[in-house]
Amino acid sequence: MAETTLPAGAPLEPAALALLRARVATRLLDVGIRSLVPVVLALVAGGLLLAALGRNPFTFYGHVWDYGVAQDNWQQSAVSMVPLLLIAVGLTVIFRANIWNLGYNGQFALGAALVAGYGPTLVDRLPLWFAFVLLALLAAAVGAAWTLVPALLKAWYGTNEIITTLMMSFVGVDLADYLIKGPFQDPSIRTPQTRAIAFDKLLPPIPGTSIDVSLLVAFAAVLVVHYVLTRTAFGLRLHVLGANPRAARHMGIDLPRLTVSSFLISGALIGGAAAAYVLSPFWGYVRADQIPTYGDSIIPFVFLARLNALAVVPFVAFYAILSTGGDFAASQENLPTDFLLVLVGLILLFMTVIEYLGRRRELGSSYLPAGLVQALRATRRPAPKPALDERAVAASGVDADEGRA
Amino acid sequence: MSQLFWTTLVAAGLLAGVPLMFTALGELVSERAGVLNIGLEGMMLVGAYCGYLGAYYGHSVWVGYLAGMAGGTAGAVVMAVLCVWLGLDQIVVGIAITLAGEGITSVLYQSQFSSSQPRLGAPPVDAVPLLDRIPVLGKPLNGQFPLFSQPMLVYFGLAFAALLAWIFRSTNVGLNLRAAGEKPEALDAAGVDVVRTRTYATLSTGALAGLGGAYLSVVGAGGFQPFLTQGQGFMAIVVAMLARGRPLGVVVGSFLFGTTISLSPVLGAAGVRNIPDNVVHMLPFVAIILALIMFSRRAYLPPALALPYVRGAR
Repeated sequence: MAETTLPAGAPLEPAALALLRARVATRLLDVGIRSLVPVVLALVAGGLLLAALGRNPFTFYGHVWDYGVAQDNWQQSAVSMVPLLLIAVGLTVIFRANIWNLGYNGQFALGAALVAGYGPTLVDRLPLWFAFVLLALLAAAVGAAWTLVPALLKAWYGTNEIITTLMMSFVGVDLADYLIKGPFQDPSIRTPQTRAIAFDKLLPPIPGTSIDVSLLVAFAAVLVVHYVLTRTAFGLRLHVLGANPRAARHMGIDLPRLTVSSFLISGALIGGAAAAYVLSPFWGYVRADQIPTYGDSIIPFVFLARLNALAVVPFVAFYAILSTGGDFAASQENLPTDFLLVLVGLILLFMTVIEYLGRRRELGSSYLPAGLVQALRATRRPAPKPALDERAVAASGVDADEGRA
Repeated sequence: MSQLFWTTLVAAGLLAGVPLMFTALGELVSERAGVLNIGLEGMMLVGAYCGYLGAYYGHSVWVGYLAGMAGGTAGAVVMAVLCVWLGLDQIVVGIAITLAGEGITSVLYQSQFSSSQPRLGAPPVDAVPLLDRIPVLGKPLNGQFPLFSQPMLVYFGLAFAALLAWIFRSTNVGLNLRAAGEKPEALDAAGVDVVRTRTYATLSTGALAGLGGAYLSVVGAGGFQPFLTQGQGFMAIVVAMLARGRPLGVVVGSFLFGTTISLSPVLGAAGVRNIPDNVVHMLPFVAIILALIMFSRRAYLPPALALPYVRGAR
């Protein structure tokens, strides 16, 4: 909405400049409202649920802050951001093409299992940096390979990728579990987990902090993905495919090839996230049945960031704090951590509603449903003249156009 | 193969197939009406939890079934309002319902029952007279209940599938539902409210998914566990997709995939014991992927699927 039709290079008159500024300001306000309101609403609704369960919501959210940010705990949140960021950009790439890679859990679990399985041997036998690179590549390759069946089915037969990626995901999680309990099992202990990599052979921290260097790699990946998506022909092709597959075919884009390559990139980034997760100083091993399912919780934030790789960063930071602090807060309050899933689901639901209201606003209506606006006006001014009311006319015009009462 | 093996095979396939059948029949109704219901997993879980509550406090499986249907319908109300009335993205809303359903059932169960984890008693079984003496198909053996010795709901479910096939083939209601998915504009032009048709379809999908979930917790598992459904909601979508819109295809597909879900007792009866749990657990999904690789060109989805209907829009 902020585009203006000024000729390039023409000096801006003060009035036009003011108008432009005002438009940019409303646009920013709009984006802010659309991104933040769903989160706030979900936190409020989650608070009500907490109250219904007999917990004090303020205590709970206070604990989230204490354990997720206060003192040095923000560093822990920052470490947990790394896999979340990589998954988020991996999903951004493929969602841009309007393709649904919902197999992130399997891709992540397999990557994690293989890195944890081969890691202890590789870091001992190879130069450390080379082992890290090799393990990251291995995880990325496995993540990408696990998207291959859905990608080819989608590219050749147009099979719904939501189903195929989900099914592959379930198989992947089971296979990872099997690998951990079977070939990769640490022979010296009874718990089903892999051999642990020695602490001094894990990713080194950034000097002066306890955050490991993979955070820098993750930020670099965000920048690269953002550049590719916004400044290259590949990014444009993805965007066209996402906006309108028919137009993409007319433009002469090789759709099967683009579909498969976007799947592979997405899977590789998610697999890389698993490598960062296992090699971070907190872990060094994985345990069967305890591989996290980060992707489920990250999806809403990818949408809230409007599929923009840079905008993903603050949202992921928010969720990293929420999950790091929320895990501790939930155990303090004797709640299952699945409470966070409820919050995430609520954020998604509220986001779709706010999006809907925002679309109406772009069409000339208000954020509030038309009937509500009129009702509010009616209570304030006893005798309104609806026919002369510009907004009401616009709103009813939209209603007539779209056939929604 | 022994009689025990075959009886176990039939019984296990039924036990795991019935929840899948109800849910997939629900998805079928919804898909034919043009609403892709990705939230099925969440609705099933809510239904499973409500069904468990109903059966536990109501001391009757029927109270459980009804509570499960109510719970699933509650999830479907969200879907109907957001996707059918407001025309929002069905996939995003579906994911949201699944996540919220998983989270809320887990939180509620663990905060209510985490210490006691009460189990439900074995459900009453209604044998069909005479037929229940047929070996393999009717005669219970070793605690396994095959086709003609099942809870009453199973017979109702099979009858319902036949009824649904008839509704789709030869009634106006079925024609309206199909038109809402094939060409909603035509249905609108014929004077039938597309939004209302799709709303009814979505709500009945929720009720059926809830019933499937309730059967899973009340009869199948004899209790509730967080994440009890383990992806069966998504499997139901595949079953409905491969059935190409035919309810009887759903019945056959559900029982085929049902046998793969509950393969461990069958393998036990066959004397195979050294296969790891994870591999057995993987098999239904592998079966689905193989089925999709082989038959996905023949799967049929209505053209207006997942597209919100906006009157007058192009």
